[in-house]
Amino acid sequence: MNLMANLLPAAAEIFLLVMVCFILIFDLLLKTNKIYTYLFVQLTLLGCSLVTVGTHERGVFYAFNGMFVDDLLSDVLKMLSYLGMSMVLVYSRQYLLLRGLFTGEFLVLALFALLGMNVMISANHFLTLYLGLELLSLSLYAMVALQRDSAIGTEAAMKYFVLGALASGLLLYGMSMIYGATGSLELGVISNAIHQGVQNKALLAFGLVFIVSGLAFKLGVVPFHMWVPDVYHGAPTAMTLLIGSVPKLAAFAFTVRILVEGLQGLSADWTGMLVVLAIASMALGNLSAIAQTNIKRMFAYSTITHMGFMLLGLISGGIEGYGSAMFYTVVYMIMSLGGFGMIMMLSRAGFEADTLSDFKGLNQRSPWLAFMMMLLMLSMAGIPPTVGFYAKFAVLNSVVQAGYTWLAVISVLFSLIGAFYYLRIIKLMYFDTPESHVPIAVESDTGLLMTLNGLGVLLLGLMPGTLMSICAVSVRQSLLLH
Amino acid sequence: MIFGLPVISVAIWLPIIFGILVLATGDDKNASLARLLALVGSLLGFAVTLPLYTGFNTTTSAMQFVELHDWIARFNIHYHLGVDGISMLFVLLNSFFTVIVVIAGWRVIEKRVSQYMAAFLVMSGIVNGVFAALDSILFYVFWEAMLIPMFIIIGVWGGPNRIYATMKFFLYTLLGSLLMLVALIYLYNLTGGSFSILDFQKVAIPMNAQILIFIAFFFAFAVKVPMFPVHTWLPDAHVEAPTGGSVILAAIMLKVGAYGFLRFSMPITPDASHKLAGIMIALSLIAIIYIGLVALMQSDMKKLVAYSSISHMGFVTLGLFIFNAYGMEGALLQMLSHGFVAGALFLCIGVLYDRMHSRKIADYGGVVNKMPVFAAFFMLFAMANSGLPGTSAFVGEFMVLMGTIRVNFWYAFAAATTLIFGAAYTLWMYKRVIFGAVTNSHVGELTDINAREILILALLTIFVLGMGVYPLPFGEILHASVNDLLVHVAQSKLPL
Repeated sequence: MNLMANLLPAAAEIFLLVMVCFILIFDLLLKTNKIYTYLFVQLTLLGCSLVTVGTHERGVFYAFNGMFVDDLLSDVLKMLSYLGMSMVLVYSRQYLLLRGLFTGEFLVLALFALLGMNVMISANHFLTLYLGLELLSLSLYAMVALQRDSAIGTEAAMKYFVLGALASGLLLYGMSMIYGATGSLELGVISNAIHQGVQNKALLAFGLVFIVSGLAFKLGVVPFHMWVPDVYHGAPTAMTLLIGSVPKLAAFAFTVRILVEGLQGLSADWTGMLVVLAIASMALGNLSAIAQTNIKRMFAYSTITHMGFMLLGLISGGIEGYGSAMFYTVVYMIMSLGGFGMIMMLSRAGFEADTLSDFKGLNQRSPWLAFMMMLLMLSMAGIPPTVGFYAKFAVLNSVVQAGYTWLAVISVLFSLIGAFYYLRIIKLMYFDTPESHVPIAVESDTGLLMTLNGLGVLLLGLMPGTLMSICAVSVRQSLLLH
Repeated sequence: MIFGLPVISVAIWLPIIFGILVLATGDDKNASLARLLALVGSLLGFAVTLPLYTGFNTTTSAMQFVELHDWIARFNIHYHLGVDGISMLFVLLNSFFTVIVVIAGWRVIEKRVSQYMAAFLVMSGIVNGVFAALDSILFYVFWEAMLIPMFIIIGVWGGPNRIYATMKFFLYTLLGSLLMLVALIYLYNLTGGSFSILDFQKVAIPMNAQILIFIAFFFAFAVKVPMFPVHTWLPDAHVEAPTGGSVILAAIMLKVGAYGFLRFSMPITPDASHKLAGIMIALSLIAIIYIGLVALMQSDMKKLVAYSSISHMGFVTLGLFIFNAYGMEGALLQMLSHGFVAGALFLCIGVLYDRMHSRKIADYGGVVNKMPVFAAFFMLFAMANSGLPGTSAFVGEFMVLMGTIRVNFWYAFAAATTLIFGAAYTLWMYKRVIFGAVTNSHVGELTDINAREILILALLTIFVLGMGVYPLPFGEILHASVNDLLVHVAQSKLPL
């Protein structure tokens, strides 16, 4: 096989890696103003998306002896991750500038995290999956600790690192057991081996348990969720935004690749485990979120709930199920970008708008921002006509179709509890009087992006068909061909 | 068609577009512009619904003015609109009340005028969508979206305890809606991939499933009606809402619940409806009698009318679940009439509240001395609320009683007590507020209603008396659809 054909499926990742190395050097030459590095990074993201589109071909292509796969699913998710990362950087710029964190290191780490995610998204082999995961995780650990003099930030980084390492350990342990049982690390081969029958069923089952635990850690679902609130709370909001948004796409891909592509033959076993994880996440996430006074912690628990809801799609299985889970993840990314973006827009030098009371009377201080936040909160609560409703709708539809109507009823009851704390934000913004009258300084680029983000949630809600179809088609073209 | 545009779509989107325009006028510096724009929007919004009435074919029970476009192809969800005799009048009622509410809030609302007016206009469009949607997901989207403006209206412009009330309102109704969503998705899978309400009405459903679906729908619609055990949000919401909010709640929002029973529960799950009719009748009778007695004990005028609404809506659900033409047409007429009467009563209370900033009956007394014109209007609506012959309320109540007595004498006997209780609590309140000596010095300073208020109350008077004296035009519109629905409900949908 010639070299170029082998490298073409990974062209976007290779381009990204080369550019990151350039940016590292370029950044050294810049003394003070990092805005050029920032623009360079944004251009790199644009370039990545052009490469991804340019090298896209219909079908499934493997590279590096089957360790790496390029299919429609990976291309769609990668495009979304470029978009998400670009938005993260726009939202974070002013916030980080005011805190002296707008450094070359931040931008480079963000790109490395993106590279890690894309490797995860395209992985077809346990080693590539692990490689991508660690590249992502190590970049995030460093970013959480970027604010060196912040005690709470350092604590969050420490927790994140220790628990993340534990999760990686569990995952590796599980992978080694699967390897022992099937004799391969490549997902397709593992899948075939399981279908043909494996001698040592117990080993396979143990391996599965460890892998699901590891995945649950990374997704942050109950009972492996302990790190989520502390990390979300402790990290600077820009890092929370990064952790809470784009990596969910990679986590989705990671989960689908392992459980569906690799361990489809064991779906009867892992479905049961996911049911428990999903119900526990929706219950604990929603109930704990009510008690929070810090909005970042509240969003952390809301993330736990959303990930639990996403798992419902995986539980239902089939094109419907996986497609709806993917749609849910994409929609969640868009909503959480807006939510954390809003926290940063309300913050200013030396002041973090991260408690609920900071949102009091926002409608009087800035009606437009309040309206955008209302749309985002309604979307998170799953109230039509926002897109969050269709995300919930698609998942519920697959759940009912798979015959788990009782699960659908449980999940809507927990959604009702969830609606309370999202409504509380709207209540604070619209019904209460503001505690501070400091004018909100909105940069034109973040303001525009927030408008696009908020209205996007509404417009996608009025016309959700296209995005739904894209998710369904990419799942169909990518997963069934194996 | 209006200027080549489909009537129902215009009726839905025109108020919403005007709502956005009103919102764009910004803060209270442009309040008069916002008011004017809102008035134009609401008048146009009402005008565009008139072709529904003039072009309506009373001889058919089929859907009319139908619009059908693809919306979300992946789930076979359509933008499917249409009205029949059951829904058409409510679109008109809703658009009419939007005009009333805009005029009623003209001077009263002084803070955040543009947001207030915009919320009502947007809600008007959404509610039209609820009544006209023939695709269940489209219906659900409108149904839930309706909560958002109401949530804001009560929460921002409401009374002291508004936040508790509005949260309770939202979460109560959301609970029912979410269960309904699961039922809709279940039906989608049962019909083999259609969300059309008309397809739902045709599909055969086993008894157990019918009962579960009926219960899910029951939660959604009973909360909105509201029926007896799930009514507790209504007094809170009504009391705390601003006048306009109370009017829309009473005149429109309560009707969508009963409409849901007619459009969803009864035709989709007819066997379960028959099987559980006993429970529904019992709950309706409890609402009529028990809530009527509760109304008697209220010291707050708004709460009294709120409880009276629950009691009157009990009449509506009673009329629906006795399954005959008298009962059902009576129930529909009662829904229309209650819209006018309860809306008018809340406006009357609003008139007093704007002047005295109190809703307590005890704070009043002798109002007639200072506000004779107002007292006359109030008298009429109070009489209508007690079901006086010649007013619109009598027609519906009488027909429901006629229908009920054919089913069971004792049901009718129990229901008829409302005529006594209704007269008791309404007229007793009227006596305490309007007549007697002036004890409160503030009452002595009252001024009579102005031209704007006379205009609103006179408009409602025309409908209350007109419908009471000559209800035939309303009945004609209902006939074909009601008869068809009754035929439909009589057929079992159990799979063979």
